[in-house]
Amino acid sequence: MTEPYQLTAWEAAQALQNRSLSSSELISSVLRRIGEVEPKVHAFQVVIADKAKEMAKEIDDRRARGDSLHPWAGVPIAVKDNFCLKDAPCTCSSRILENFNPPYHATVVQKMLDAGLIPIGKTNLDEFAMGSSTENSAFGMTRNPWDLDRVPGGSSGGSAASIIADETVLSIGSDTGGSIRQPAAFCSITGMKPTYGRVSRYGLVAFASSLDQIGPMTKDVRDAAGLLQIIAGHDPHDSTSIAQPVPDYLTELTGDVRGLKIGIPKEYSIEGMNPEIEKNWREAALFYEGQGAECVEISLPHTEYAIAVYYMIGTAEASSNLARYDGVVYGRRAEGPFENIVDMYRKSRSEGFGSEVKRRIMLGTYVLSAGYFDAYYRRAQRVRTLIKNDFEAAFKTVDVVLCPATPSPPFKAGEKTDDPLEMYLSDVFTAPLNLAGLPGIVIPGGFSSEGLPIGIQLIGPALSESRLFNVAHRFQMETDIHKRRPTL
Amino acid sequence: MEFEPVIGFETHVELAAKSKVFCDTRAEFGGEPNSYVCEVCLGLPGTLPVLNKTSMELSLKVALALNCDIPEVTEFDRKNYYYPDLPKNYQISQEYRPLGRNGAMTILMPGGREKTVGIHNIHLEEDAGKLVHDVYKGRGVSLVDLNRASTSLLEIVSQPDMRSPEEAEAFMETMRSLLRYLEVSDCKMQEGSLRFELNVSMRPKGQKEFGTKVEVKNVGSVRAVLRALDYEMRRQTEILEDGGRVIQETRLWDDERGETRSMRVKEGAKDYRYFPEPDLPPVHIDREYLETLRKDLPELRDAKRKRFVEEYGLPDYDAGVLAAEKAVADFFEECTRLHNAPKVYSNWIMVYILRELGGEDEKEIADLKITPEHLAQLAQILDSGKINQNIAKKVLNKSLQTGDLPEKIIQEKGLEMVSDSGEIEKFVDEVIVEQAGPVEEYKNGKDNTLNFLVGQVMRKSRGKAQPDTVQELLRKKIRGEQP
Ligand SMILES: [Zn+2]
Repeated sequence: MTEPYQLTAWEAAQALQNRSLSSSELISSVLRRIGEVEPKVHAFQVVIADKAKEMAKEIDDRRARGDSLHPWAGVPIAVKDNFCLKDAPCTCSSRILENFNPPYHATVVQKMLDAGLIPIGKTNLDEFAMGSSTENSAFGMTRNPWDLDRVPGGSSGGSAASIIADETVLSIGSDTGGSIRQPAAFCSITGMKPTYGRVSRYGLVAFASSLDQIGPMTKDVRDAAGLLQIIAGHDPHDSTSIAQPVPDYLTELTGDVRGLKIGIPKEYSIEGMNPEIEKNWREAALFYEGQGAECVEISLPHTEYAIAVYYMIGTAEASSNLARYDGVVYGRRAEGPFENIVDMYRKSRSEGFGSEVKRRIMLGTYVLSAGYFDAYYRRAQRVRTLIKNDFEAAFKTVDVVLCPATPSPPFKAGEKTDDPLEMYLSDVFTAPLNLAGLPGIVIPGGFSSEGLPIGIQLIGPALSESRLFNVAHRFQMETDIHKRRPTL
Repeated sequence: MEFEPVIGFETHVELAAKSKVFCDTRAEFGGEPNSYVCEVCLGLPGTLPVLNKTSMELSLKVALALNCDIPEVTEFDRKNYYYPDLPKNYQISQEYRPLGRNGAMTILMPGGREKTVGIHNIHLEEDAGKLVHDVYKGRGVSLVDLNRASTSLLEIVSQPDMRSPEEAEAFMETMRSLLRYLEVSDCKMQEGSLRFELNVSMRPKGQKEFGTKVEVKNVGSVRAVLRALDYEMRRQTEILEDGGRVIQETRLWDDERGETRSMRVKEGAKDYRYFPEPDLPPVHIDREYLETLRKDLPELRDAKRKRFVEEYGLPDYDAGVLAAEKAVADFFEECTRLHNAPKVYSNWIMVYILRELGGEDEKEIADLKITPEHLAQLAQILDSGKINQNIAKKVLNKSLQTGDLPEKIIQEKGLEMVSDSGEIEKFVDEVIVEQAGPVEEYKNGKDNTLNFLVGQVMRKSRGKAQPDTVQELLRKKIRGEQP
C-alpha cells in the first residue's frame, strides 16, 4: 500500500483536492517517516513538527470551508538551512550562526507560504553551502540513503537526501557551482538550477552573489516545474532578479522532444571520468534519438578553465559576503575579555568558521588583494565571459546540451575530505552554468554496477526552463529510474 | 625659502533623500539609537541592497552642476574593511566607474578674482553608523548605533588646485552654496551632513612637483578647517625648513587643543580589496533623462549674482552677498515682487537680517519671524513718506523680534510722521521764540544755524516731522514769508 509520504506533490495535490487525503494525514505520515529514517540519514538540521501540524490543520479547515487555495496547499517542503524562515533557526551549518533566528522571511519562503506549502524542516548543508559532500557541516554530516557510507553530495545534501528518503514531498536548495544538481545526481532525484535572476535571492544567505541561484529539488520533473512556478518571479528586493513574467511550466509540460537538437559537448569527455558515467551519458543520447530528437557533437572550448574561474570568483565574493559574521550585532561572539576589537573579530571568526570556509575566505581575500586583483579576479571575469560566449555560440545550433552531472557516482564519506582540489572537481560539469547564468536540470539517469545513482544533466539557454522541463520529463515518461527508492 | 600650500578637499555630503540609499528605512538625523533600521541596513544574512533612485538623481544633479563627465553606465563597488559601525564589514561605494569625473567649480575670491578648481570625481556611497563610548555596570563599553548606517553619502573629490587658505575658504563657501542651491542636502556641518576632509602638502614656491600630502579628518566647521589648515601649513613648513620629511598619513584634528594628531595608520597597509558589487547591476544613465535634469537645474549663485546686478542695479558686492544663499536670494526677490524697492531691501537684508543667521544653531532665513511681506510693507510705508529711514530701521528691528507687521508696530507706537502742517507750524513758531539768538545768527547769514533749528523742531516732534518740511517752514517764517 502506498504511504502518503511516498507521493509526489502532484499526486498529493490530487488526493488533497478530492479529499481522499488531508494535509494533516500527509504531514503526520511524513513526520512518522522522518522519525523512522532520520537517525540513519540525518538530512535535517531541525524538524518543524508542531508548527507544520498546526499549519496543516489550518489548510484542511480552509479547504473544508471551500476557501480558494493553491492546488498544492498542504504539501510539505524541506528548506535548506541557508534560507531565512522567520523565527526558525538559520544556521547555514555554521557554529557562527548557531543561535541566529532571522526576523524575516526569504522571498521564496514567503511565496511558498502564500501557496500553502508547509515547511517541514530545515535541511543540512555544507557550511555556508561550501562543499560537495555535506561533510562540512558543523552539526554532523548527512548520509546517502542509497549507501549510508557514502556522501549525498553537496552542498544541498540534506535536501536531496530528504527527498529520496521520502522524508518530505518537496524540497528547495541553492546552487552556486552545482549545489542542487550534484546532490540530485548523487541521490537520484530531480534538481534544477534556474537561470540566474529567475528566482529572487532575497533571504538566501549569500555565498557567491553572482553565482547563487535557488531551485527545486523534487521526486520528479513535474514537481520541479510546479515548484519553480511557485517560487520564480521578479522581486523588488533583489535588483538582480529578472523582470520577465513566469511561464506556466506545468501547462507547457508536454514531453514532446521531436525535432529537438541536442548538443553533446566533446570537452565534457574528461580524462579520469568514470566509464559508467560516460556510458550512461551515451545511453541517454541514444534514448533521445529514439524519441525523435537529433544529437550532434558541439564544442565548448573554454570548459577546462571553468573550475579555476569558479573558485576565484566564488571565493572572492564569499570572502566579502562572509565578512559580516563578526560577532558584533548577531551571531556567535567568542568569550571575552578581548584585547581590542580586532581580537574579538579574530577569536569569534576562528571559533565560528570551519576549515573549508576559512580556506575559501583566505583564497578569496588573496584573489582580491592589491597586486593580485587584475591577475586573478579581472582575468577570471574575462574567462567567465568566454565561457558564456561558448554557450551562446552553441545555442545558435542546438536547443539543449546533454552532459553528465558529475564525473563519478557518490563517493565514500571521508574519501575526499583531505584533498580539497579533488573535491572541487566534483563541480566540473555543473559550475560552468553558474558562470554563464544558464539553467540546468539534473535527473536520475541510471545506476552503476554497484547500484549507485548516476545523474544526467540538460542545459538550456537563458530562461529556457520550460524547454528543459519538457526534455527531462520525456525521460521520466519513458523510464522509471526516478521512481526507485533505496531500502532504509 | 618661501613655501606654498597645495590644498584639496574631499567633500562628504549627506543627501536629503527621505530613505536610505539601499533600503526604504527613513533617513533621519537623531532619534533613539537603532530606531531607524531594517534587516537590510543591519546587514542581516540574506539581505540585498536596492538602489534608491532619489539618491542617484540628487547625485547626478551635483555632477551636472559641477560640469562633470557623466558616463552612460555607472557601477557600485564594495570597499572591504572591518569596523563595528559598518554592519556588512564592507561599504557599497563607487571606485571604478563613479557617476561623475573631470568636473570643475569656479570659486570667487574677495576682490572679485575668479579661480577654477578641478573636480576629480563624484561618487555615491553608503554612510556608516556610529559608535558611542559609554560606561555600563562600571565598565567602559562601546555601543553601536546604526541609524545613520546606509544613508546616502555623496563624496566629491577635488583636484589639489588651491594654493592659499583664502582659496580653501572660498572653495568651501562656494561648495556649500552650490549644494544648498541644488537642494540636495541641508548642509549642516554641526550635524555632520556636510564634512570637508582636507588634504594639504607644502612645497617651495616655484617648484612644480607636489610635496607629501597629509589628510586631515574630524573637522567640524569651516572655521575649524581653516585652523587645521593653518596648523598643518606651519607644522609641515617647520619640518621642511629643518630639512626633514613630511610623512604621508591621515591626521585627526583636535579642536580643543587646536592641533592635528597622527592616527598612526600606515597608508600602504590599507587594502580595501575593491571589487564590483555583484548585488547591484550597472546603472544606465539615460541621456534624455540627464538632459531633463540639466534643464531643471536651478539658477546657480554666479548667474544669480550677475542677474541681480543687471536686473536690480545692485553693486556687485551686494549682489554677491544676497546670492550666496538661495533662501536669502529668494527672500530678496520675493520682497521686490511684492513692492519694487531692491536697493532698500538689499541694504536691510545685509545690515539687519544676515546678522541673525548662522551661529551655533545654524539658523536660516526661514527660521526668522520676519517674512518678505514684512519688508515689502515697510518699504511701501517708507516710500509713502509716512515714516523716515530711521523709524523704518526701528520698526524693522521690532518686526525681527516680535514678528509683528510694520503697520501694526507703527500704529501701536504712534511712530507715524506728523503730516499735519498746523502742528509742525506750532513747533516752528515755538522754536523761533525760544531760540531767538540762533535765529538772529541765521538772519545774519550763518546758514549752518538752520540745521540746529531744524533739530530743535524735530526734538519737539519726537522725530516724527519730515526734516525737509521743517527746514522749508523755518526758512520762510524767519524771512517773514507766508508759509
Ligand atoms: Zn534599512
